[in-house]
Amino acid sequence: MQDLLNIFIKSAFLENMVLAYFIGMCSFMAVSKSVKTAVGLGAAVVFVLGITVPINWLFQNLLLVEGALGWIHPSLATVDLTFLSFIVFIAVIAALVQLVEMVVEKTSPTLYNALGIFLPLITVNCAILAGALFMVQREYNFPESVVYGLGAGIGWAIAIIAMAAIREKLRYSNIPPALRGLGIAFILTGLMGIAFMSLMGIKL
Amino acid sequence: MSQATETTTAVQEQKKDAWFSPKNRKLITDPIGDNNPITIQILGLCSALAVTTQLKPAIIMAIGVTIVTAFANLIISAMRNTIPNRIRMIVQLVVIAALVVIVDQLLRAFVYDVSKKLSVFIGLIITNCIVMGRLEAFAMANKPWPSFLDGIGNGLGYGAILVIIALLRESLGSGTILGYQIIPQAFYTAGYVNNGLMVTPAASMFIIAIIIWIQRSRNPKLVDIS
Repeated sequence: MQDLLNIFIKSAFLENMVLAYFIGMCSFMAVSKSVKTAVGLGAAVVFVLGITVPINWLFQNLLLVEGALGWIHPSLATVDLTFLSFIVFIAVIAALVQLVEMVVEKTSPTLYNALGIFLPLITVNCAILAGALFMVQREYNFPESVVYGLGAGIGWAIAIIAMAAIREKLRYSNIPPALRGLGIAFILTGLMGIAFMSLMGIKL
Repeated sequence: MSQATETTTAVQEQKKDAWFSPKNRKLITDPIGDNNPITIQILGLCSALAVTTQLKPAIIMAIGVTIVTAFANLIISAMRNTIPNRIRMIVQLVVIAALVVIVDQLLRAFVYDVSKKLSVFIGLIITNCIVMGRLEAFAMANKPWPSFLDGIGNGLGYGAILVIIALLRESLGSGTILGYQIIPQAFYTAGYVNNGLMVTPAASMFIIAIIIWIQRSRNPKLVDIS
């Protein structure tokens, strides 16, 4: 239990996707102009990461790793399909996002309207694929991968909401014209990254 | 009659200079300058920040992205009329993923230590917005050859920024370039210290911001009004 809590805190704060690894930057920069849309995208990312990381764990460990196919026939036990993991992961993500979109549309139109365009956009958010790849690299087991997916998503959401709040306030400040918009957003993200670095000293 | 010959010569001319006509050359040079994928289109940031602590991985990453973008553009552009609109995302992703797998396997075979250092970022070329963005914005609406050039151009534009960032970060952060020491030992004995900030990922944010600042003050047309 304590292990799971550690992974959650680590993935949400210490190893924050955006502010420690700078993953998922494209949508982070493009969608952080207002808090409202940032909350929508953040919620969608938590949702999708929380689902896709465990499902990709199942695919990785039941189909792709060496020996995983042994349950079909003993002669397949030596087959190592890990070189296919990129294709499998991205296909799972694309299919799941499509599926989630359809389910949400049918069951909860309000949530569907709130998430809007963000659901399909998430397929190409690097953070989702990175979640799956980090999960493989760190050799999590199944419960750990569930917690990791949720934690990483929540960390990403926190970062984009904080960024959007700062950018809304920035409208009233006097910035050199050439730095306005994108330029100052980069500097801000850098400063936030440095602020988050202070959490790295925590040992869990 | 004369009109017919005129059109045929026009067609011939178009065929003759089709490979490297000024328009096609512009496809390569534009993304390096005023239409840069990183500083103007905000595409492909994720990997740009993480692999630039040293020059060598940055160069290899740039080559990888250029190859994947160019060939993905070429393949998707060749298939653009046969892909059903609703599933085009999945088709595009599968093509990109297949190319990335090839690049990844090549890197593992020939430069294993670099491929270990790049770790998940090679895989992340799949979701690198440059590839996807150019497929959507260019390859779906253009012929294979211009699409191929557009891919090369955007890969080079991305690579140029990557190399600038990596040069600054490696020389100021570790005092080396491509692993060779460039700051003489005498400086260190005299009290010079490497800039620790440059090794952190945050430094690349600041460097990109400075590049954007310089680029936009030289060309005020690019300034963001919002």
